[in-house]
Amino acid sequence: MTTIKLSSRNIKKSFKDYAIYFFTLILGVAIFYVFNSIESQTVLLDVTSSTYEVIDLMTNMLSGASGFVAFILGFLIIYASRFLIKRRNKEFGIYMLLGMSKRKISMILFFETILIGIISLAVGLGLGILLSQLMSMLVANMFEADMTKYEFIFSSKACIKTILYFGIMYVIVMLFNTINVGKCKLIDLIQTNKKSETVKMKNPVLCTIVFIISIIALGYAYYMVTGGINETIKTPEDIFKPIIIGAISTFFIFWSLSGLILKAVMSMKNLYVKGLNTFTFRQLSSKINTTVFSMTIISLMLFVTICILSSSLSLKNSMTANLDELAPADIQLTISVKDDEWLEQGYNEKQIENSKLGVKKTLEAFDFNIDNYFKEYVEYNSYRIDDLTFADSLGDNLEYVKNNITSMIPYNMPEEIIKLSDYNKIAKIYNNEEYTLNQDEYMIIADYDSMIAIRNIALESNQELTIFGHKLKPKYNECKDGFIEMAGNHINSGVIIVPDEIVDEQYLAFNSIIGNYYTNSLEEQRKIQEQLINLINNPLSVEYSLPNINSRVDISEASIGLGALVTFLGLYLGIVFLIASVAILALKELTESTDNKERYKMLRKLGADEKMINKSLFRQIAIFFIFPLLIAIIHSIFGITFCSYIISTFGNEQLLPSIIMTAIFIVIIYGGYFLITYLCSKNIIKEK
Amino acid sequence: MSTILKIDKVEKYYGSKSSLTKALDNLSFEVENKEFVAIMGASGSGKTTLLNCISTIDKVTSGHIFVGGEDITRLKGKSLNKFRREKLGFIFQDFNLLDTLTAYENISLALSIQNIGAKEIEKRVNDIANKLGIKDVLNKYPYQMSGGQKQRVAASRAIITNPQIVLADEPTGSLDSKSSRMLLESFDYLNEKLNTTILMVTHDSFCASYASRVIFIKDGKVFNELIKGNSSRKDFFDKIIDVVTLLGGEENDNY
Repeated sequence: MTTIKLSSRNIKKSFKDYAIYFFTLILGVAIFYVFNSIESQTVLLDVTSSTYEVIDLMTNMLSGASGFVAFILGFLIIYASRFLIKRRNKEFGIYMLLGMSKRKISMILFFETILIGIISLAVGLGLGILLSQLMSMLVANMFEADMTKYEFIFSSKACIKTILYFGIMYVIVMLFNTINVGKCKLIDLIQTNKKSETVKMKNPVLCTIVFIISIIALGYAYYMVTGGINETIKTPEDIFKPIIIGAISTFFIFWSLSGLILKAVMSMKNLYVKGLNTFTFRQLSSKINTTVFSMTIISLMLFVTICILSSSLSLKNSMTANLDELAPADIQLTISVKDDEWLEQGYNEKQIENSKLGVKKTLEAFDFNIDNYFKEYVEYNSYRIDDLTFADSLGDNLEYVKNNITSMIPYNMPEEIIKLSDYNKIAKIYNNEEYTLNQDEYMIIADYDSMIAIRNIALESNQELTIFGHKLKPKYNECKDGFIEMAGNHINSGVIIVPDEIVDEQYLAFNSIIGNYYTNSLEEQRKIQEQLINLINNPLSVEYSLPNINSRVDISEASIGLGALVTFLGLYLGIVFLIASVAILALKELTESTDNKERYKMLRKLGADEKMINKSLFRQIAIFFIFPLLIAIIHSIFGITFCSYIISTFGNEQLLPSIIMTAIFIVIIYGGYFLITYLCSKNIIKEK
Repeated sequence: MSTILKIDKVEKYYGSKSSLTKALDNLSFEVENKEFVAIMGASGSGKTTLLNCISTIDKVTSGHIFVGGEDITRLKGKSLNKFRREKLGFIFQDFNLLDTLTAYENISLALSIQNIGAKEIEKRVNDIANKLGIKDVLNKYPYQMSGGQKQRVAASRAIITNPQIVLADEPTGSLDSKSSRMLLESFDYLNEKLNTTILMVTHDSFCASYASRVIFIKDGKVFNELIKGNSSRKDFFDKIIDVVTLLGGEENDNY
């Protein structure tokens, strides 16, 4: 009998028992291929060049994420193969006693890994290629592009990458296996299952103390990311504190609970001795006892999955939903007024001089007459004074804000100031509310929630400001909603509106035009925009300062693109995390069932009927699956709250639907794995 | 008759310095070629440890074990594999058959590891299967066989390589009395007709009565020795029972 024959026999046997592991491997390969082939799916889409830029970014990020995904899947494969090999100790012992060399045993494992690798890669790639055809429809839908034509897509690049990455993983597995085989001693291999299982009853008092301490620590970690976020998280690095505290306390919660639950159930005599409950709970507690570490990892991975999925979905929703509100006009052109400091930036004196001309005159110099293109437009100026910074507008409240809210924002940024009449023109074209001000009043418009919160502190304390030499007091004791620059999300951190009369033109910083085209066709709008962009190629451009272009088409494309980007990234990481963690659970449960075959046989001999046994099995698996998920869900409630705080600029009104979507995802994948595990286990313990 | 196995002042300690267990305590004896030796002793007497040391599953703390003149306590790597492959047959209490392989494949594996040709393998497997009465289970998998059949397959695997010595660790431990008797008859046959040297560890007097010599071990030392000689199995069995009672009696005094 050749080595290869032995290997293939072994695989055939394991296929039956660990189908779920092979299934996960295949799924992993397929997902890896699908997400790496997105680039080639977008080739067929009829999209504009700026969308291509976003697609490019997305492809790069997905490919970056693939490294991480490969790491997670590699971890799963190495963990699972070590786990499966440990169960074969006796088999290796027999090989060795029959005189087989360790090298040859390693060869058997080597062929096994190669066979598994080839099969899983081939089937996985096949599945991936099929799935990617579905994926291309999703991609087209995401980018709101028409599928010009359907075509069968095969990405050889993604295919090679998949083979390469998984090839490396399998090589690492082989190395691990060889090292493991080299290390083992014959006596340990032969006597594996003679070692009796030691049932350690943990000290209940210690467990209770550890449990209480962990709960308190976890509570503090929760507090850090929610209620106390402004005091505890001041620098970006601080975010690791609650994460580490949370992870460690999760571990100890599992550790202590595994001891406590059994004790608690045992004390409920009626429940404990009812039916097969004694057996069920004993089984469970020994299972959880020996898997505290992996339970922790699984629970944390589920937590990350839930957060990634729900945050990315809500991010996508809010990004695309607010477009009409955030980009109410077709185009915004802005020229910043430059001074001599710009010489160093590569601008010449002529350009600096002409930067004061304003948008309209500059464009006229290029024979581009705005009136020919825009059916309506408004022109406005905004101003900056170097000695009126964000810190200045907070006044005496600066220290309080720095200490109690955050020290992470740039306090010395000069404030942007605009005339009331200019603002009202903008508000009119944007369909926003118009305002009036008295001679000694100012007001602030903003739409970035966390900045509004900070500014409101100053406004509530009636902070007076000295602008252009005039003392002004706030008209309202809060920021009013609004913005002057169109953007993909709520990022206006505050613009100060002042009465027209007090403005000193020497502080002019920007001249802008906001306009609506005659045409509604996006195609033609884009053509006009192309003309403006191409002005840079005009020889005259060396004398002028060209306007920045901010248009609705760009913002919408960027939003759609970014929305698609976070969705795909979220789905990619979320699914991989989910299947990796649930596969470990399933694998543990299945080997457990194989090991406990005898116990179930004995239960049958004692007269337990199939229904009772299946019920006990179902409960064991259900509790084993639900326990880490439950803790992950509790974590996620706080995790998502934190995420939505971070991404509040995008608006968090869409949180609920994305949480429901996430729940559906988890129920399908997690529930699916649970069901398969239960059915396979039932089959394993069935009497033949 | 030549000596096939020589145990020379073997000691085996377990545990740390503070709590040292002497599993084998300066143990010495010899087994001649074509002998069928049973080793008896209560649980914890060190008999399985001794077998593990002889089979190179475990390592001795001090002393030497010679098989066919070769000191196996010094074997390493390739020569150790060669020793296990060519000179040793091992039968376990729980059979240790590979359940992915059929009976035929389980037996032939021992030969294919030695790179013996398929034709030769077929001849030898069929031959031994005939002799041990397992011809009709050759194509079955272990889970389709009875305990007795499995143990005879395991015995076939142990002797098919014509080893210098076959070691059996409680071979009847998992068998009912009928299967036990059939297996022991097979051992008798192997020993008498095929001249196989057998060293068997057992705690069952009936089982031991099939041997030509019984060595009793207590606390890691040789306690007594019985030789069957020309006496009938029945008489030999009675003698064994006497020693076991003596052993057990003493043991009972401890409680």
